[in-house]
Amino acid sequence: MSTEAIVMMVVAMLVIWGGLALAITSLVRHGAVEDRSENLRRDL
Amino acid sequence: MSTTAEGAAGQADVERRRGGFSSRRVFILAAIGSAVGLGNIWRFPYVAYENGGGAFLLPYLVALLTAGIPFLLLDYAIGHRHRGSAPLSFARLRRGTEGLGWWQVAICFVIAVYYAAVLAWALRYTLFSLDEAWGANPEAFFFGEFLQAGDVAVTADVVPGVLVPLAIVWLAVLVVMALGVQRGIGVTSLVFIPVLVVAFLVLVVQALLLDGATDGLDALFTPDWSALTEASVWAAAFGQIFFSLSIGFGIMITYASYVGRREDMVGSGLVVGFSNSSFELLAGIGVFAALGFMAQAGGVTVDEVADGGIGLAFIAFPTIISEAPAGALLGVLFFGSLVIAGITSLISVIEVVISAVRDKFDTSRLTATLAVGVPAAVLSLVLFSTTSGIYVLDVVDHFVNQYGILVVALVSMLVVAWAVRALPRLGEHLNVHGRPRVGTGWRVLVGVVAPLALALVLVFGLLDDLEASYGDYPTWLLLVFGWLMVVGLPVVGFLLARMPWRTSTHLDGPPPGSDPAPALQPASDQTSGTRPATATDEGGSR
Repeated sequence: MSTEAIVMMVVAMLVIWGGLALAITSLVRHGAVEDRSENLRRDL
Repeated sequence: MSTTAEGAAGQADVERRRGGFSSRRVFILAAIGSAVGLGNIWRFPYVAYENGGGAFLLPYLVALLTAGIPFLLLDYAIGHRHRGSAPLSFARLRRGTEGLGWWQVAICFVIAVYYAAVLAWALRYTLFSLDEAWGANPEAFFFGEFLQAGDVAVTADVVPGVLVPLAIVWLAVLVVMALGVQRGIGVTSLVFIPVLVVAFLVLVVQALLLDGATDGLDALFTPDWSALTEASVWAAAFGQIFFSLSIGFGIMITYASYVGRREDMVGSGLVVGFSNSSFELLAGIGVFAALGFMAQAGGVTVDEVADGGIGLAFIAFPTIISEAPAGALLGVLFFGSLVIAGITSLISVIEVVISAVRDKFDTSRLTATLAVGVPAAVLSLVLFSTTSGIYVLDVVDHFVNQYGILVVALVSMLVVAWAVRALPRLGEHLNVHGRPRVGTGWRVLVGVVAPLALALVLVFGLLDDLEASYGDYPTWLLLVFGWLMVVGLPVVGFLLARMPWRTSTHLDGPPPGSDPAPALQPASDQTSGTRPATATDEGGSR
């Protein structure tokens, strides 16, 4: 494989699969914050 | 009980009867199951290879972020806020737009009818892989012995080898649909999507271990930067994103209507969008590694063996399976993945129709499944289990994608953005529980960038069809199963929209409780029951 092809493959993996990992992390974290907010609201 | 509370209780009862996904995880898996279909496996790798290789990544990502995901969020907002199938959601958005929903339903019905046939082929080929039934000439086997394709004409000569697996596919789909949203669609997605990912990962690893795999990857990823100056390459990227994400023809509107009111639709949309692209990248690696092996084994360049669509799946892959070590395993994994990816997509397509029928006629799940599924199955068996099935399928597929999905998506987007001017309130709905927040940027992307991109894709397709008639088929075939069909779909859609709704159906505005209060508000607001400014009811029950 040429260097150019390897670089593009790695970039594609980092951007797309990295984007997926970030999206999942963000959704899980925001879900957790929403749950805490909901509990707080119930306490009020 | 106040009128609002009564309305909310009534709506809760309606939603219980409609059914819904039990959790966000189930919804996300179902949405991924819908988006990840045959196109991810057999379309993306070839489109990327043909349009700049590694350089295609740039327009592809631009298309995903500026049009694909914003449009996906628009579908989610329409369905999640209005809590209905595509026709009901559009009727609640603005009564006069209901026809757009039925147009989408009509398109989904047509897609379901022919998509099942491809699944039947893949199902049969999963078994063929075990003993490499195609012999030394996979192309002759596919068109001759398997499909028994004759002259280009519509015939009634049944091919039992297609009829039986097609009947099995429809039976399986009808059982899943009859079981309901959670027990049918949800459970199928929960089981099938992890199985699909594992099966495809094993396939990719096996393909990467083949001799010549790196030649295939080299061909796929070597960038041709000059391609970025060509408008057709950008059109191909936007087209791939639109076709792949299942957006603009009712699926995501329907699925979003089955999600709990407090779910983060923006975050879910990002996960679905990137999951779909992640699978496409995985498919690209697996397919081109295998094509690299095929090229090396045949002593030719990858360019000479690279193909997409039916040619890749039913001609190139059988050749690879015959030549590769442990080819039977490779075949079962490849065709099994096609079946699984296809069946979760087919389920989502047919659900658009079933959901619309249920909302309009207030029927039971089983009645709607039979009312939709039996005619679809019969039509599918009549048209596509005959010796002329392949020709009709090819024409219908091309026209319904190019002039059905694209046009209805473009018209819907323009109507929602510019005629109804609903983007501000739909954006506010997404922001109630969604993160990251959508704002002016999203409205510009959905109202301007995405329609322009869709128009670009449409124009390039039209120019191709005007330059040379599609597939060199006879004019009558293109007229009947192509142009007349795509012109007939909106006509059917707007005729269906003239049927009256039941008097108990809430129209003209989101049902009560569709714009829930933000998760955390000042205590005074909660105690006084003040609703946020977004919670405007544009109408009432009729």
